[in-house]
Amino acid sequence: MKVLSYQVPQSSLKQTVILENDEFENTFIKKPLKSYPKTLIIIPAYNEEKNIGAVLEMIQQKVPGIPILVINDGSSDTTESVARSHGANVISLPYNSGYGVALQTGFIFAARKNFAIVIQMDSDGQHDPKSVKNLIEEVQKDGVDVVIGSRFLESGSYKSSFARRAGIFIFAKIASIICGQKVTDPTSGFQALKGRAIHFAASDHYPPDYPDADFIILMHRHGLKVKEIPVTMHASPDKESMHHGHKTIYYIFKMFLSIFVTVLRNVSKR
Amino acid sequence: MPPKIQIISILICIFLVAYVFELVRRKHLSEEYSMGWLVTGTSMLALSVSEGLLKWVSELVGATLFTSTLFFFGLLFLMVICLHFSIRISALTNQVRKLTQSIGILDLEKKTLERQIRQSNWQIDSSNLEQL
Repeated sequence: MKVLSYQVPQSSLKQTVILENDEFENTFIKKPLKSYPKTLIIIPAYNEEKNIGAVLEMIQQKVPGIPILVINDGSSDTTESVARSHGANVISLPYNSGYGVALQTGFIFAARKNFAIVIQMDSDGQHDPKSVKNLIEEVQKDGVDVVIGSRFLESGSYKSSFARRAGIFIFAKIASIICGQKVTDPTSGFQALKGRAIHFAASDHYPPDYPDADFIILMHRHGLKVKEIPVTMHASPDKESMHHGHKTIYYIFKMFLSIFVTVLRNVSKR
Repeated sequence: MPPKIQIISILICIFLVAYVFELVRRKHLSEEYSMGWLVTGTSMLALSVSEGLLKWVSELVGATLFTSTLFFFGLLFLMVICLHFSIRISALTNQVRKLTQSIGILDLEKKTLERQIRQSNWQIDSSNLEQL
């Protein structure tokens, strides 16, 4: 293949044609935050043109200056342009690949660009951005790698069907027993990850369809410290959020199988 | 074994093996995937042609009817081939997922770079494009 050689005019192009990694990052983060280490908010979105704008505005109000990366998971609507017009960076996947794949794309990006902290949120307005600060403060503490925002640690406005709560309860119990610590909300998509945990989420260990109790157990087995803090969550405005739309029977089957093999894998490693 | 089913079985096996060879020759089927089909075809052919072999195998697996031995092994081979496919599909899904993620990230990086180039007033005109 022919090597690319640009005829660079005499103008001030030296710095922009070939970009070093740092220079790329400086343009990516428009307003670097001084009070927090390099933080990125990642939001997977699939056909969320109605909600994503309000969500992004709320985040920019509550925690201004943190760069936001929306991963547009092959939406067929205007999610991408709405997110972009609200000042977010957008990664558009060429087709719908599912919640977990979209989310992991964000982690891979964050790992490549050396972000210190990653906050993951849902795009449907379920997660209240006022809790982002608490997540960041909590995850910065020593001995904590992952902070999970739990809707069950305090009585919030979150309401959902009985079957759903029962499912969360059962897998939370299993995760609690295996991890030896209290896990109340393993399905929460409102989390903060730090350093090693980001690279772990960007690796092949990540469950490809959607992370749940099995991933919490996996992180625990790999020596990552997981902590839960209470956050405010609202019931999703017009539909169940993405990873809850799966068929219940498949969900239960997948979780049991996944937890089972996760435990087996680690036993055989020892 | 009734001669009718024997003849049909032999014909099907010969057709299968010949067809797989033809597909490989035309490069419509890769060598890797032809393996399973060729092993299946030749084994079934051997069982259909040689009645002694079929009798021996039938006694080995405890089949009372020779034809059930044929069906049994036919099914077994198909199961192995299907499992092989599931494994390959899982690997392919994984590869496609990684490609998808890379394309998404590269696209964002490309757009960011383009924006920077545009901000620096450098136009990609035809004279530049020719060198690409």
